[in-house]
Amino acid sequence: MFIIGELINGMYKEAGRAIREKDKSVIQRLAKRQKEAGADALDLNCGPVSKDPVLDMRWLIETVQEVVDMPLSLDSTKANVIEEGLKLVKNKAIINSTSADSEKLEILVPLAIKYNASLIGLTLDKNGVPQDKDRRLELAARIVADCQEKGFPVENLYIDPVVLPVNVAQNQAGLVLEVLKEFKIISTPAPKTIVGLSNISQGTTKRRLINRTFLSMAIAADLDAAILDPLDEELMNTLITSELILNKQIYCDSYLDAYRKR
Amino acid sequence: MAMELVKEKWLNAINKVTIGSTAEEGGSRTKVVTLGGEETLPFLHAEGALPYKPVIAYEVWDTPARDWPEGLSSVYGKVLNEPFAWAKICVEEYKAELLCVRLVGAHPDVENRSVEEEADFIEKIRKSCGVPLIVVGCGDTTKDNALLPVCSQVLKGEHCLIGSVTQDNYKTITASCLADGHNIIAESPIDVNIAKQLNILISDMGMPLERIVIDPTVGALGYGFEYAYSIMERSRLAALAGDKMLAMPFICFVGQESWRAKEARTAEDQHPEWGAVLERGIIWEAVTAAGFLQAGADILVMRHPKAVEIVQKNIEELMGK
Repeated sequence: MFIIGELINGMYKEAGRAIREKDKSVIQRLAKRQKEAGADALDLNCGPVSKDPVLDMRWLIETVQEVVDMPLSLDSTKANVIEEGLKLVKNKAIINSTSADSEKLEILVPLAIKYNASLIGLTLDKNGVPQDKDRRLELAARIVADCQEKGFPVENLYIDPVVLPVNVAQNQAGLVLEVLKEFKIISTPAPKTIVGLSNISQGTTKRRLINRTFLSMAIAADLDAAILDPLDEELMNTLITSELILNKQIYCDSYLDAYRKR
Repeated sequence: MAMELVKEKWLNAINKVTIGSTAEEGGSRTKVVTLGGEETLPFLHAEGALPYKPVIAYEVWDTPARDWPEGLSSVYGKVLNEPFAWAKICVEEYKAELLCVRLVGAHPDVENRSVEEEADFIEKIRKSCGVPLIVVGCGDTTKDNALLPVCSQVLKGEHCLIGSVTQDNYKTITASCLADGHNIIAESPIDVNIAKQLNILISDMGMPLERIVIDPTVGALGYGFEYAYSIMERSRLAALAGDKMLAMPFICFVGQESWRAKEARTAEDQHPEWGAVLERGIIWEAVTAAGFLQAGADILVMRHPKAVEIVQKNIEELMGK
């Protein structure tokens, strides 16, 4: 499972303040702790209230790269923020994200090719998030086809079915789990699959329990990657155990430690 | 159109383990042996690097090997009663690259030799031959816990391979090997889960993963060979796919298992249709060893020089030399 740590996001109080005040120590601590807890990559998001997102994104990348050398996921809806960021990323970059709208694909797919980055494709478009499985599949196929046309390797594409809060759209979570498997039959090689996990529990009172339950179900549905909070130890234990049950690592009594010593 | 072979891309390689150290490195060996480093399954040269060839270690005991069958003991003759002459023949005549010294005589049921006697013996072995050494205890847990730390100290700086430790008994010997700079044999009972667990336990004590060799416990042809093979294969596949806690070279005690088989021991008059007893044992040992090479064995501990010769030739062919 490819784990993208979600904690460096201006939407969160601590990171938001650090970005505003350019407090490197907070961001660098978040980067190191997420890496130690098992993150394979870090998501960087300036947050919705950033006055100068290009500047903030540059600062985040430089700040994080001073302490860790790992893939960075540039999380922005603005193409120029992503491109300015891509210029600075030393390790591998992940573009987070494009929708299935052609205006977005026209810009972001070539950028991913130019900078040899991975790309996250959300199955939504101008009409919003689909409420059914077929529409999600159709949008995913559109993104895959566009990548193939432009010569972007589909194995570097992560399709995100867009997880909705379970307390708002309770019928959607089951559909998302089903469609995760179906994304795999769109093409050969298949695109990878990813979810932004925390969305599932937005606004609920049992956030961590809901997150880890959904994660283990999604792993059983062939999920390849997730954007999540790696500092949630029970969540990480659930992830490791789910992979164990699917025979993705060899059991031993200390399998949790063994995974963390990878 | 020419058919193209499908090549597997692996994420991880097997650790490189070095046995022995020369005078420059603080030891007294005339050369060192490096093994492991495989980037793919055995002998698939097109898929990844296989930097070191599997190595055969000759077994030498501290005490006469009385229960060895005639097919085996006849080749060594009287030297089986004289460990230093035995070691000398292995190194000089049979060109052994590694010696595996077994302290059988220390076992309470054999000669119950004292720790001091064995330490003295090991010191003499160290001085009398220059090849890198594997040192294996007598198999009695209590005795080995007293014996092996002392041997480890006597051999300090020689970068030996010492064993074995098990899941229930690893702390004392691991601590000694760690302090004296040796590699360690981690033995598990044909069980990949325990092999992995033991590696974690040993590494938790501070032992670098690059100094651990797995003894998966093997059986001879006809005596659990396939079971051991499949465990080694599963372990190696997991290691290559990224499991660092299983990415260790294997040591296989082939001689000990093969010469226990009734096919290697039974006299000709009992089973005339089985052919000459002198040849049977050799073939049993060679075939068992050749099989484990295909499962990923890095060190084969063997007994009969003729069997070694056959397997050596097999290794050379498989390594493309």
